[in-house]
Amino acid sequence: MMEEKNSFVRQVAEKKYEYGFTTDVQTEIIEKGLSEEVVRLISAKKGEPDWLLQFRLNAFRYWQTLEPPTWGHLQMPEIDFQDISYYADPTRKKAEEGPKEIDPELMKTFDKLGIPLEERMALSGTAVDAVMDSVSVKTTFREKLQEQGIIFCSISEAVREHPDLVRQYLGSVVPYKDNFYAALNSAVFSDGSFVYIPRGVRCPMELSTYFRINARGTGQFERTLIVCDDNAYVSYLEGCTAPMRDENQLHAAIVEIVVMENAEVKYSTVQNWYPGDAQGKGGVLNLVTKRGHLRGANSRLSWTQVETGSAITWKYPSCVLSGEGSQAEFYSVAVTNNFQQADTGTKMIHIGRNTRSTIISKGISAGHSQNSYRGLVRVASTAEGARNYSSCDSLLLGSSCGAHTFPYMDVHNETAVVEHEATTSKISEDQLFYCNQRGISTEDAVGLIVNGYARDVINKLPMEFAVEAQKLLGVSLEGSVG
Amino acid sequence: MNAEQQYIDLYSQQRELIARRSAPIMNALRDEAFECFRQAGFPSRKVERYRYTDVAAAFAPDYGLNLSRLHIPVNPYDVFHCDVPNLSTSLYFVVNDQFHEQAQPKASLPEGVQVMSLLRAAQEFPELVGKYYGTQARARKDAVNALNTMLAQDGLFVYVPRGRAVERPIQVVNILRADVDLMVNRRLLVILEQGAQAKLLFCDHAIDDRKFLATQVSEVFVGENAHLELYELEETHAQTSRFSNMYVSQQAYSSAVIDSITLQNGLSRNRTDVSLCGEYSEVTLYGGVIADGQQRVDNNTLIDHRAACCQSRELYKYVLDGQAVGAFAGRVLVREGAQKSVSQETNANLCASRQARMYSQPMLEIYADDVKCSHGSTVGQLDEAALFYMRQRGIPEAEARLLLKFAFMGQVLDGIPMSSLRDRLHYLVEKRFRGGLGKCGGCQNALNCER
Repeated sequence: MMEEKNSFVRQVAEKKYEYGFTTDVQTEIIEKGLSEEVVRLISAKKGEPDWLLQFRLNAFRYWQTLEPPTWGHLQMPEIDFQDISYYADPTRKKAEEGPKEIDPELMKTFDKLGIPLEERMALSGTAVDAVMDSVSVKTTFREKLQEQGIIFCSISEAVREHPDLVRQYLGSVVPYKDNFYAALNSAVFSDGSFVYIPRGVRCPMELSTYFRINARGTGQFERTLIVCDDNAYVSYLEGCTAPMRDENQLHAAIVEIVVMENAEVKYSTVQNWYPGDAQGKGGVLNLVTKRGHLRGANSRLSWTQVETGSAITWKYPSCVLSGEGSQAEFYSVAVTNNFQQADTGTKMIHIGRNTRSTIISKGISAGHSQNSYRGLVRVASTAEGARNYSSCDSLLLGSSCGAHTFPYMDVHNETAVVEHEATTSKISEDQLFYCNQRGISTEDAVGLIVNGYARDVINKLPMEFAVEAQKLLGVSLEGSVG
Repeated sequence: MNAEQQYIDLYSQQRELIARRSAPIMNALRDEAFECFRQAGFPSRKVERYRYTDVAAAFAPDYGLNLSRLHIPVNPYDVFHCDVPNLSTSLYFVVNDQFHEQAQPKASLPEGVQVMSLLRAAQEFPELVGKYYGTQARARKDAVNALNTMLAQDGLFVYVPRGRAVERPIQVVNILRADVDLMVNRRLLVILEQGAQAKLLFCDHAIDDRKFLATQVSEVFVGENAHLELYELEETHAQTSRFSNMYVSQQAYSSAVIDSITLQNGLSRNRTDVSLCGEYSEVTLYGGVIADGQQRVDNNTLIDHRAACCQSRELYKYVLDGQAVGAFAGRVLVREGAQKSVSQETNANLCASRQARMYSQPMLEIYADDVKCSHGSTVGQLDEAALFYMRQRGIPEAEARLLLKFAFMGQVLDGIPMSSLRDRLHYLVEKRFRGGLGKCGGCQNALNCER
């Protein structure tokens, strides 16, 4: 019986990360290392205007004065920033080749990932921008979106075609001086998505970006900028995968969101970067700065994230609530297994009057992993009548893992109401027993209970993503019971 | 000159004098502490534990120190009449850092129980003191520990031998008294051996209109099956800065209640560090802060579950008015193997004015799976509906607000097991809310200053 159980666990462990293939696409990769020349080279390759080059150079010079942050509850391997290639372009077979054509291998890759790049799009009704390594390879449904004045393209194209818009907003939410990784990204970012929803337009379909790191020894530094003008609405999805490699790969992205008056943005992430093997070897270092600025009155922003991948996650999607009556939400499920480490949470900065924020965070740790929630709620003295509710729960599966909660509450206004609650426990034995009694195996029962536990957050995801997220939760935790 | 340098110079120049007026056990740790302090200096606000208090700024002014142990004339009974009704205590006084030998309670303590000057204890019971002194409050852990270990010459020693129960509470009144601005470095050593029981009540007062800076490092040892209740009540004045580090270690089946109430102060930074080292030990921490004006209170706690089946509870409440700044950082650490730990942490805060600031940071760090841990924290104001209800029934608004604040704080006081002290604290808290002076009722004679 025991043997049988073990063999099952082994099977599961083997199949675990199903996106771990690499694609044999010819990729143009520049030399490893980071210097002013490299920054200039990236800028030149993308044919960028001078202001952007200056922006990059300023960021690079500032980055050189910084030290990597060490405050996270993480055991971070030392990153050799000179041992990374900062630009990999899988679309360039040969530099002199004519108009960009998508490599069939690349198409296969995205097929394997289940990303419908072509006709399937019509059925699912999602517009996709796919980014592999450093370059956006394909954006679908652009024309259809254009009819309504919506701009959805890679940020490189946006720089060429809508320079004023990009210049106005780039770095306005996450300035390059924000932190170490933000400065690095601002210096070397290669691509990402740009979204502009004009005044009064409700984006008719979900917009989506799929990120994939493929080439060896490269880092991914994408940058996403979303601007949602007055009375507009958009729902944006982001998904990510990477091949299995036994070295750590660096992913340092920036997402900036600007929400104007009465506008609403929903940003959902299913993060499934390669988490490393069962011994903790390899995996992606996911060091991301995400922030939304709720500028207009009654604007709304919600972050929903399902974090199952990455060896290390260091990510705090934040909201700056300046507009009067603006509302922000943060829903997160973070699952860590084996030797994964996650230090994730949010920041809610209340500046405007009658602003409201909600934080629901669910952490699940298994194996030898460490899972931390770190959140800040700051109520400035101008934020009359601000309201925050935070709830973060942690579930522990196994005696060698850790679950931690580090909330910060800084309240500078006497009319604010800030509430925080947190619980940490293991799966109730009563619940397990109840399931067992009804013929459900322990492993299935854990899956059921975990799914129920994460439901509050998963329900917030768009439907297609919710299904994927549920599957991912199962896969991430398989083999962790027993 | 930076804040550290004056202490480095002071110690380098006065090393001999400090040691001559102290005991060998205390002197033995000074040089190491000095080295730690010289290397690390004061923590900046970037250090997580000191986010909310600027230590260097508090230590920067030039204070006098009584290193030659000059006798400061004071008759504590003249300046202090803490007649807590129905509270019969064995009353002792510590003036600055010196145990006041002249004023001793009439009733004697049970056999073997010692309450005395730490300096004298170090001379009379060198083995006992040597076994415990400096074992928890390590200089390298913290700058305040280092500074205190390097400069402290005396303090208080409480010892309850195995199996002894001290029924009558031991009340220690710490009086800050000086004619010049003074820095006081006080050291406390409390030892409860296996099965011992004691109740300790510390009242902090400042009776002169001077600036005071007090560091207090307490090491508390609670043996197997022992039971300790420890209450600290601070009623000093706006020119007093207090840095207190209390380390408590508990053995199996022991229990402790630690209560810290701040009614009047200038700047207080209280660190309470409890290690549950033995199985089935229990600790309850209570904290109450009422602050207005420019008061700053920073409570920083750590409950370290090192053994299995331990329980901890923590409740801190703040009422902030004026420009007061309150900070609470409570960390609960459950170590690997500390299964069946139960921990509950609550921090509730009322901000009553625009300029009041509250920082709250309840933290859980858990490395064992079979645990039940939770924390909750709120910052808000008085319930408008409750206010309306009371006013509807003819209670004036000011009175209604007061009643609600009082009820809010009541939860902290109601948990105090010692009923006579609980009643007394209710009285003091109500009085404090009524804007009455923030002095212990008994101190009017002495505290006739304008503040």
